[in-house]
Amino acid sequence: MNDDEPLVRWQWIADHAAELADYTAVHLRLGLLPVLFGLIISVPLGILCHRLRRLYPPVLTVANILYSIPSLALFMIFVRYTGLTEQTVMIPLTLYTLSVLVPNVVDGLASVPEPVRLAATAMGFGTVRRVVQVELPIAVPVVIAGVRVAAVSSISLVAVGQLIGQGGLGYYITRGLQLDFPTPIVTAMVLIMLLALTTDALLVLAQRLLTPWSRSKVTAA
Amino acid sequence: MIRFDAVSKNYPNGTTAVDDLSLELAEGGITVLVGPSGCGKTTTLRMINRMVEPTTGTVSLRGRDIREVNAPELRRGIGYVIQHAGLFPHRTVLDNIATVPLLLGWSRKKARARAAELLELVGLPAEMAKRYPNQLSGGQQQRVGVARALGADPPVLLMDEPFSAVDPIVRAELQAEFIRLQKELHKTIVFVTHDIDEAIKLGNNIAVFRTGGRLAQFDTPERLLTSPADEFVADFVGHDRGIRRLSFVKAAEVPLREGPVLSATSPVAEARAVKEPWVLVVDDARRPLGWAPVAELPDSGTLVDVQLAPLGHTFSLVGDSARAALDSALLSPARLAVGVDADGAVVGAADVHEITGSPGGGDR
Repeated sequence: MNDDEPLVRWQWIADHAAELADYTAVHLRLGLLPVLFGLIISVPLGILCHRLRRLYPPVLTVANILYSIPSLALFMIFVRYTGLTEQTVMIPLTLYTLSVLVPNVVDGLASVPEPVRLAATAMGFGTVRRVVQVELPIAVPVVIAGVRVAAVSSISLVAVGQLIGQGGLGYYITRGLQLDFPTPIVTAMVLIMLLALTTDALLVLAQRLLTPWSRSKVTAA
Repeated sequence: MIRFDAVSKNYPNGTTAVDDLSLELAEGGITVLVGPSGCGKTTTLRMINRMVEPTTGTVSLRGRDIREVNAPELRRGIGYVIQHAGLFPHRTVLDNIATVPLLLGWSRKKARARAAELLELVGLPAEMAKRYPNQLSGGQQQRVGVARALGADPPVLLMDEPFSAVDPIVRAELQAEFIRLQKELHKTIVFVTHDIDEAIKLGNNIAVFRTGGRLAQFDTPERLLTSPADEFVADFVGHDRGIRRLSFVKAAEVPLREGPVLSATSPVAEARAVKEPWVLVVDDARRPLGWAPVAELPDSGTLVDVQLAPLGHTFSLVGDSARAALDSALLSPARLAVGVDADGAVVGAADVHEITGSPGGGDR
């Protein structure tokens, strides 16, 4: 790297603003859709594991083994089936979220106090209604805690997808390396961190709005 | 109304929770199931709304085998209150109370109007409606639990140790409130407790269970205290059952004698002439003022000038039980209970022997 080259050339950022915005949108999609898909898989899987406790240890083991496979290797495996597409990035990222989301759904359901479950049954809730109207809403704070971890990790992992040409803002990191030009690298890094932190803040806000009951701990006289 | 026919509940691990129970619970009264832990009282309760299915035998409700009814549907017609209230933490107090009406498909507006009514019925202020359960005290939560159970005005109410998780003062309050509510509502209530005092206080009928899920005795509280079926029941109702059964004898049945009663205007000499160690001094309306110690009386004058020993307390012939009379006798310096009428005027006195020898209070 040229010693005179500054870490950030502001002019470059100004010139590429529109393009940066496009890549940011792609990055967000590549990072967050897997969390959504992960949630869609984890909720029913978590409910199943909660009801059939024997199922939980093997499911958790599989999820953890998936998480332990390096993302690069997983991308390469999926390239054979889905080519150099966005799916090839999103499928592994979806699988990664399971190791956080499944246990959080299970723990969330386990956090429902036994008297509450009992009362719901005694009031005449059927099983499905009880899970949907009582148990899942009470599990929300624990589930959202998992979603926060999954979302942040997923957003930062997207960049690795650049190795198969689908890395969102990761594009600028490889670009910068190739051109020996630090500005795009620093810009992409900061944007990715901002995305992760903003997403996290929004999830905290969502939780406050969804579960007003979980914080108002004012004991009456 | 609720009938158990040769009902047993056995678990695969070999334990028997309920053993060959046959029992008929009358409509419109409070039946208390009581016994030590592991005696099957909660299992028995839960068989009424099919939260536990019997291994053998049948349970019927108003002549109908409850297995003929779909379980969630059956449960919506039976109120249920549990120990820790079990309120839904994610729903407001009002929506908690509206639970069963909403399950029954009432409109939200109608369900909430009904819930607001119930909130008032259980003695909670309207501004509690919008609170969440974790913002209430234990006693308030339990009241909401009762209101929720009454949601769809079910004829039957099952209560599983509803007042045992709160402190004794709140418990007494909730019990009193519960008795008042029942006078108004006339529900058929099955109430589980391990506390024999609570059972005697609340029950119209009491079923005592022994370990192993066997019914030891099914009787009125009074009969339970006077004629326990066996050693186990006698032990379980406690060693003060002799005193406690007096609470079922009306004070009006206590034989009273005139006793050493004198007006405050009587001369001291008259008190000495009574030949008793203590004389009860009354005012013009025969209301009791206190006890005069005869041995310490001055030589002359009237009883007005005498320093009187406090009464302890009197018992009312219109509202009290023989137990209150006994207490009154024990607290009086003369060891005499003073019975008063509705106006507070002295009717007569009785000592411990006379009180405990009164009809129903004596040896059976």
